[in-house]
Amino acid sequence: MNTIAFIVENRPGVLFKVSNMFRRRGYNIESISVGPLTDRSLARMTVTVEADGRMLRNLIEQLERMVEVVRVKPLDRRRTVMREMALVKLNTADPMAREEALKLVNSHHGLILDIDEMHLVAEVTGTPEEIDRFLEEVRPIGIVELSRTGATALERGSVRL
Amino acid sequence: MAEMSGAEAFVKALEGEGVETLFGVPGGAVIPLCDALYESEIRFVLARHEQGAAHMADGYARASGRVGVCLATSGPGATNLVTGITTANIDSSPVVAFTGQVPTSMIGTDAFQEVDIIGVTASITKHNIQVTRPREIPPAVKAAFYIASTGRRGVVLVDLPKDAQTSVEEVEFPERVEFKGYRIHPDPDPRRLDRAATLLASAERPVILAGGGVIASDACGELLELAELLMAPVATTLMGKGAIPSGHPLYVGMCGMHGTWEANHLVSEADSLLVVGSRLSDRTTGRVEEFTEAKLIHVDIDASEFDKNVESWMRVRGDAKLALRGLIERLRHISTREHSGWLGRLEELRGQYREVKREEGEGVKPPDLMRALRRLLPRDAIVTTEVGQCQMWAALHLDVYAPRTFLSSGGLGTMGWGFPAAIGAKAAKPDVPVVDIAGDGSFGMTENNLATSVEEGLPVIVLILNNRVLGMVAQWQRLFYGRRYFGVHLGDSPDFVKLAEAYGAVGVRPGSIGEFEAAVKEAMRSEVAIVIDVPIDSEENVFPMVPPGRGLREILVEG
Repeated sequence: MNTIAFIVENRPGVLFKVSNMFRRRGYNIESISVGPLTDRSLARMTVTVEADGRMLRNLIEQLERMVEVVRVKPLDRRRTVMREMALVKLNTADPMAREEALKLVNSHHGLILDIDEMHLVAEVTGTPEEIDRFLEEVRPIGIVELSRTGATALERGSVRL
Repeated sequence: MAEMSGAEAFVKALEGEGVETLFGVPGGAVIPLCDALYESEIRFVLARHEQGAAHMADGYARASGRVGVCLATSGPGATNLVTGITTANIDSSPVVAFTGQVPTSMIGTDAFQEVDIIGVTASITKHNIQVTRPREIPPAVKAAFYIASTGRRGVVLVDLPKDAQTSVEEVEFPERVEFKGYRIHPDPDPRRLDRAATLLASAERPVILAGGGVIASDACGELLELAELLMAPVATTLMGKGAIPSGHPLYVGMCGMHGTWEANHLVSEADSLLVVGSRLSDRTTGRVEEFTEAKLIHVDIDASEFDKNVESWMRVRGDAKLALRGLIERLRHISTREHSGWLGRLEELRGQYREVKREEGEGVKPPDLMRALRRLLPRDAIVTTEVGQCQMWAALHLDVYAPRTFLSSGGLGTMGWGFPAAIGAKAAKPDVPVVDIAGDGSFGMTENNLATSVEEGLPVIVLILNNRVLGMVAQWQRLFYGRRYFGVHLGDSPDFVKLAEAYGAVGVRPGSIGEFEAAVKEAMRSEVAIVIDVPIDSEENVFPMVPPGRGLREILVEG
């Protein structure tokens, strides 16, 4: 899995054009996250995609030639901090399950956002792999609903996109 | 700053870009634009279908090197442009298309003649823009012409909602527009040119493969100079035909599925291959794994073409003219390796082909028609083609002496392109004869443009190689599907001579090369379009041919 970060013009239709290009060229977007920069005329997108060396290079060149795309960079995982957030609703009607759920959420430094007799909603943040691990651990308890944001990332140190 | 309607701003912006001719079909959503054009000197050429309008703009652009412009209304007008836009864009032809749109307040409501043309054309344009108010129109027009005509050229579509045309506000006409994300990289990296020059100088078997980018960047003089400096054979792609004059001793013809015997063998056998301004499409490379043994230097303005289809030894990003000039400067100071044996190989291949090729049989043969046509046309005449057998006969057998005089739909392979493109070329170059080399199948797809040709005073010559069959499909069925002909026989309808006459054009049906020559002579004097309908054998094949999925050297010279 590769991660690409790029800056686009923050206008209606740009997300469509970017995702349409991925579809057109046969790339499958694993996750995508988008948000405006402090200069709100621009937005930053982070995409994780399954692509090897030559495919990845071609994908970056396809992005670069788009008029709306300002800058593109493939991110080296070793020099990048990456985070994804997941909201998980667990079935905690059974007190034993609830206790187990609280323990697992705590051990992953998560937050409990909502709780009632039947359910619990937890927020967990981490690398996509950490989230996968958390979900694996809570699966026996019973996942009622799940919403993941997709990864967002910044390079370490003084480098910037 | 001046107060005006969006439609007035549109016309003023077009005039500012130097637009002289606009090809189109009006409709409800562009009537305000028509009303503003009423006051303008811009010539409006009324097509009979929007596909034709887009092809005319494309033909105009390819013949002149300037941006071609077309206009269509919303809904079906806009969707009818789609084939034309796609054809121009894939062949990197600079075209700006304007579409009407329903008023902004109705967008998204499935209003009458509403279509999401921005969504529809996102993957078939270089860029597209929808404006929402008059003051956005001048910068959108400026951006459209700039993007269409710079870097790798292409199509830009501007969608104009009706209320943006009719409302009035203060508008400004910018001299230039800024883009955060649009950059052209014309200057090649000097170190890469150094290495490329060293490789080419030391090559034993150098070949240059020239694509349409050489013509687009006006680099044909540089191509010839480099070829003569290196004494390297030059092959072209279909889009590159005209980049080097036919008959030049180093020119070996087109490479690819219907490439020449010499070009296909030399490209395969080369040890250094300089590819300039070509996408290296599957029709050029044949089976990619067997395309060439050479170290490939790929020169292109569009980095996304590098290593897309064929892996290169070195990529040189930049304008073809600048890159070729850089190579010439370097090679003047490096002695190139002696390779007379390689030129001997070229002569050997030419000899081989003279022995293996066959042009037998009765009746009028397409290669003879191409040669006869060439003898009669002036050297600067423009030839367009339709798509299929007629196109490949023209590509193989019609000599071309200058860039922008052989125009063909390469990437999309659009039947019906050649005739409206010829009309567009005639609008750009009214003083030279323009000939569409057509098949009966292709011509039938856009023949209604005869009305435009006659009414607008844009006389072109249509040469129909009439085999009463969709010839290229029939050829594949004959060669690869055991002659199981399906869905290819067109029959004797229509009578193209009568059809031409019905439109007020001239139709003739020569039965021999002599009669054909007389018809061409008459055609060049004709003040209206003339359709020369030449019956040919329906079993005729185009050879040489590389069967689909095979390497370039697996070239067939007979069925």
